[in-house]
Amino acid sequence: MSKAYSAGVKQYQESYWTPDYTPKDTDLLACFKIVAQEGVPREEAAAAVAAESSTGTWTTVWTDLLTDLEYYKGRAYAIEDVPGDDSAYYAMIAYPIDLFEEGSVVNVITSLVGNVFGFKAVRSLRLEDIRFPIAYVMTCNGPPHGIQVERDIFNKYGRAMLGCTIKPKLGLSAKNYGRAVYECLRGGLDLTKDDENVNSQPFMRWRQRFNYVIEAVNKAEDETGERKGHYLNVTAPTPEEMYKRAEYAKELGSRIIMHDYLTGGFCANTGLAQWCRENGMLLHIHRAMHAVIDRNPYHGMHFRVLTKLLRLSGGDHLHSGTVVGKLEGDRNATLGWIDLMRESYIKEDRSRGIFFDQDWGAMPGVFPVASGGIHVWHMPSLVSIFGDDACFQFGGGTLGHPWGNAAGASANRVALEACVEARNRGQNLEIEGKQILTSAAKHSPELTMAMETWKEITFDFDTVDKLDVAAQ
Amino acid sequence: MSEVREFKSSLSDANSRKFETFSYLPEMDAERTRRQVEYIVSHGWNPAVEHTEPENARSSYWYMWKLPMFGQTDVDTILREVQNCHNAYPGNHVRLIGYDNYAQSQGTSMVIYRGTA
Repeated sequence: MSKAYSAGVKQYQESYWTPDYTPKDTDLLACFKIVAQEGVPREEAAAAVAAESSTGTWTTVWTDLLTDLEYYKGRAYAIEDVPGDDSAYYAMIAYPIDLFEEGSVVNVITSLVGNVFGFKAVRSLRLEDIRFPIAYVMTCNGPPHGIQVERDIFNKYGRAMLGCTIKPKLGLSAKNYGRAVYECLRGGLDLTKDDENVNSQPFMRWRQRFNYVIEAVNKAEDETGERKGHYLNVTAPTPEEMYKRAEYAKELGSRIIMHDYLTGGFCANTGLAQWCRENGMLLHIHRAMHAVIDRNPYHGMHFRVLTKLLRLSGGDHLHSGTVVGKLEGDRNATLGWIDLMRESYIKEDRSRGIFFDQDWGAMPGVFPVASGGIHVWHMPSLVSIFGDDACFQFGGGTLGHPWGNAAGASANRVALEACVEARNRGQNLEIEGKQILTSAAKHSPELTMAMETWKEITFDFDTVDKLDVAAQ
Repeated sequence: MSEVREFKSSLSDANSRKFETFSYLPEMDAERTRRQVEYIVSHGWNPAVEHTEPENARSSYWYMWKLPMFGQTDVDTILREVQNCHNAYPGNHVRLIGYDNYAQSQGTSMVIYRGTA
């Protein structure tokens, strides 16, 4: 049926608020947390967000009538209260899959959060979750290799992997930096890591770093007989330069490289992930800049969205937070996005902040990386919470050992293996952790020393971004 | 603060060579091994035994001791095969694997008998 053109401004809800709509299996679904401007009804603000993140603009235009906007429009189909918060509400929006280029998280995110966050009708906006239909997931490359392939490449079974970020993160010469890597790896770590901002500065250009680091990896492998790796950070000013560094890492025989996916960008990251699949290279992902986007509970995107975007764009590791030492709400939220990294099907679970069922089909899983402020005393909790499919990175907890990196590495490795053995025997790590470590330390002076050095665990900081729960 | 200690490890010392999970703990004894076999069985994994000369341990492929024991859940039978492999190759590393066919990976892998370098 053709319609007459009528110029002017219409209420968004006339077209974009469709409470009777049943989402299709192929729709991309989004949950936004909205704080509307005063006087703007919930339905109107939700519809405005749906419109502005899909087909709409502020006024009717005659070219609207040249297409089937009823088919292409995003639809706000439900509104929910935010538990414990009267100022905000959730709006559920469905987008037809045709709105998005296949295999492009760049395009998805440009649509969903591209313009709408500056929109006047809303005071603040946060994208809490996206349900990617399996039909869309299958168009994405995803992790270059995934958990199972990485285990085979590194020959690590039945336990989490152990890593360490080399410190000081800036200022070391390439040769001294390689020394720190060698000491960690010969002591028993599996992996070491460039920090996120180690790129190619004047004090250490990338090529020298790569050369010395790979010499260190090779010698540690010969010495220990185990497979080792170092995440060579190939994040660069331009994609061309990034690929040049990746190619050189491959030439040197590195098994793994790394990228900062948010500062480097989704376009660069997706391309690099495809290169890694093509070249048999594992890809570690750092999330530098995430807190700018995900920390404010009323603005930006939740980290579970950034997690899903990374799994689609591609990466074999992703920093997840450590859980230990934080509050219960944060623990549940972290467990939620860890599931999103590793599992193939994740059911809606509001207690973990999961708003939608998510089916990943055959897409490989991502190793969560727990890094930051952890040491041997945290090991029982880490093994208990994360299980085996994770990478624990002890930076200061390795390098800060009074006898040096190798001793620190050895202490961590002994602690990990003791906890895994005890868990396999059926012991409760969170209760018996101290006794397990103490017993293991009898055979390891390095662990004894580490336990004396880091005596106490304190959890002093409240989390800023908590799950939305009703007031107690 | 105690005195700094040297970390002893070198290319020339074959004892510096490790072999992945549990190789930083003391060598397995009978009781500890039994508990790990029980763990493998409790996960529904398929036990398997492999061995190698220590100098060839870096290969992905060690020699299979017979075939993986598909469907075997009797802990004593599994322990006996580990022992039989060790008896046949007393100088070799002998490892116990739990194949996880759902994950298409090894649920775990550990050296039970350490070969003589």
